[in-house]
Amino acid sequence: MIVPNITVDALRHFAPVSPDWPGNEWWHWLVFTVILIVFILVMVIIFIWLERRIIAWFAARIGPNRTGPFGIFQNIAAALKLLLKEGINPTNADIIIFWLAPIVAFAPVIIVLAVVPFQNGALLADLNIGILFVVAISSISTIGIFMAGWSSSNKYSMLGAMRMIAAVVSYEIPVVLALAGVVLLAGSLSLNDIVIAQERVPFIVLQPLGFLLLFVGGCAEINRSPFDLMEADSELVAGFHTEYSGIKWAMFFLGEFGEMVVMSTLIATLFLGGWQGPALPPWLWLLIKIFIVDFVMIWTRATLPRVRIDQLMALAWKFMFPLALVNLIITAIQVLAWPDALPLYVIPINWAITIILVLLGSKLFKVGWGRVEV
Amino acid sequence: MRLRTEPFVLNIGPVHPSTHGVFRMRATLDGEVVVDLEPVFGYLHRGIEKLAEERTYGGVIPLTDRLDYVASVTNNLGYVLAVEKLAGISVPERAEYIRVITSEMQRIAAHLVSVGSFLNDAGAYFTPFLYMYRERENIVDLFDMVCGQRLLYSYMRIGGVSQDLPDEFLPALRKFIPRMRSRIDEYDWLLKENEILLARAKGVGVLPRETAINIGASGPVLRGSGVKWDLRKADPYSVYDRFEFDIPTGEIGDCYDRYRVRIEEMRQSLRIIEQAVKQIPPGEVRSEVPHLLRPPAGEAYAHVEGATGEVGFHVVSDGSIAPYRCHIRAPSLMNLTALKDMIVGWKVQDLILIFGSFAITMGEVDR
Repeated sequence: MIVPNITVDALRHFAPVSPDWPGNEWWHWLVFTVILIVFILVMVIIFIWLERRIIAWFAARIGPNRTGPFGIFQNIAAALKLLLKEGINPTNADIIIFWLAPIVAFAPVIIVLAVVPFQNGALLADLNIGILFVVAISSISTIGIFMAGWSSSNKYSMLGAMRMIAAVVSYEIPVVLALAGVVLLAGSLSLNDIVIAQERVPFIVLQPLGFLLLFVGGCAEINRSPFDLMEADSELVAGFHTEYSGIKWAMFFLGEFGEMVVMSTLIATLFLGGWQGPALPPWLWLLIKIFIVDFVMIWTRATLPRVRIDQLMALAWKFMFPLALVNLIITAIQVLAWPDALPLYVIPINWAITIILVLLGSKLFKVGWGRVEV
Repeated sequence: MRLRTEPFVLNIGPVHPSTHGVFRMRATLDGEVVVDLEPVFGYLHRGIEKLAEERTYGGVIPLTDRLDYVASVTNNLGYVLAVEKLAGISVPERAEYIRVITSEMQRIAAHLVSVGSFLNDAGAYFTPFLYMYRERENIVDLFDMVCGQRLLYSYMRIGGVSQDLPDEFLPALRKFIPRMRSRIDEYDWLLKENEILLARAKGVGVLPRETAINIGASGPVLRGSGVKWDLRKADPYSVYDRFEFDIPTGEIGDCYDRYRVRIEEMRQSLRIIEQAVKQIPPGEVRSEVPHLLRPPAGEAYAHVEGATGEVGFHVVSDGSIAPYRCHIRAPSLMNLTALKDMIVGWKVQDLILIFGSFAITMGEVDR
């Protein structure tokens, strides 16, 4: 009873105290922690199943369809199998870091969801620094992945981890700038307030460029195709987790798909209006939006070839970074001009600006630098 | 500022998802850039040339299947042409047409595999690969109809082919041609102008025209470099001189050109099949050849345009029932000799892509 109270007291500085919100009771923290862990595990299982089935449809296959109806228990069977498998340690591995890495990679994924609202006020902690918390915590899993690549004593793992660091460090910047645009529009860092601010129109309508930047940058940060360089299966065997087996490997897999859940949830919350929506219950709206974003990600993976590492970096620094700056400046000017609420006629203007900038940018921007003299 | 870096050796293969079999590349990397490359061959060496010396002339045909196992009909054809030249055997006209039809079907099947695995190497997660395999399945079904086999056909015989086409084959083939044509167009359209594919493959792994000629490259690799050289036109064997078709060529010899040449060749192969189906005469499919053939002492070389290039067989006879020597010119191996020059300076990802654009088969490289 004491422990939850200490946590509450510590976080009370951040949480807005309103009399009818149960966020300060200890049972709220307990219930929501359980809900979030169950949510992420169930969502990961559903996401993996969806990914396999949808990619199978795209590739003219059937996909897993034997275990349970439509193969939905395939992942549970796979998880059981992985639990029972032998965990192999490479001879030259740095054992402590090797064992720690999957935990470091997976834990932040659950923590991030603490600030995501499932409906008005239904969230673990309504931090007033919500977005900052998300960005800061989700970066930690990168360290886990680098630990894995470094400690495995495998060159493929190390190459994968190096690519990962390069990609995440570069894409953090346009992503954070795109998030800053949302914060300007909503006037708050709290995710709950951001969702409430989208009551009139979702931010994707007001700020298409920001959405595009967040989606592309997000794909790169969680290493989704076409930016899945760190575990490029046709090049680096399995990238950073080449040497992992059994439950440690499963933790990475959980972390990877957990990141996907988090990224879909974030995009749904920040740009698609979160739990807002008519008729259906709010949590259902959030789920529907999460699955829409997830579907687009799977679609991209099933369709596009992979970019090269220098093209990946060039895209971040030469294309997305300037666009993100322009997006931030335009949003700032608009918010300054209409401090109360943006008039609806800025929507066509913003869309026009987005289309012009993206077309112009892709004409001017040159990818990569090709062959190196050696 | 220049960081001090230290090159390290990365062994790619022999067991690796993208080495198309058991090929090994000892790549020295400086960060992501390949600074040196040493190809290591021989993991799939089965001594086919030596084994051929222990077989009768007819018994060598199944061995030739195992060279380029995704294009076995053209290998069969190269070998039987060499033996027929050596023993002076004539082939019935219907058999010649069947040979052309099956060779072109085989070329389409092999190019489908090449294009699919090239796009897979480029990172398009299995979708193009499986689309190509779905179409290849139709061709394999047709082969199943003709000779009861689905991969290693051994369909050619000295002096003809093993059996006549079944009655249901030609109608099925006529139905197959337009369907395949529209499918090629569709798949081509899916990725032809994809920005990422252009960025990855255009200008990458250039094989200059002169180098291509000097190393003795052939097939799509040579034509991708802009050389209009196709044995079906340059030295027509069988009845290839009776058909109209174009030789597609690339411009600068990069990965993208080789990919385009393969796609275009599939269309040309369909044209040839279409004409051959119209012209095919009735009659015998196999001339009388003794079971234990004893060609007069001497030697003969015959070559065909296989899926990967010029498949050549040099057969030497000493008058006995087995070849004295059977040398195989493997196009995959010849094409690979330029690998190092093309890859050095590019990144690891390009290495996989450039290697994939050769579409080699290890069975042929190591023999």
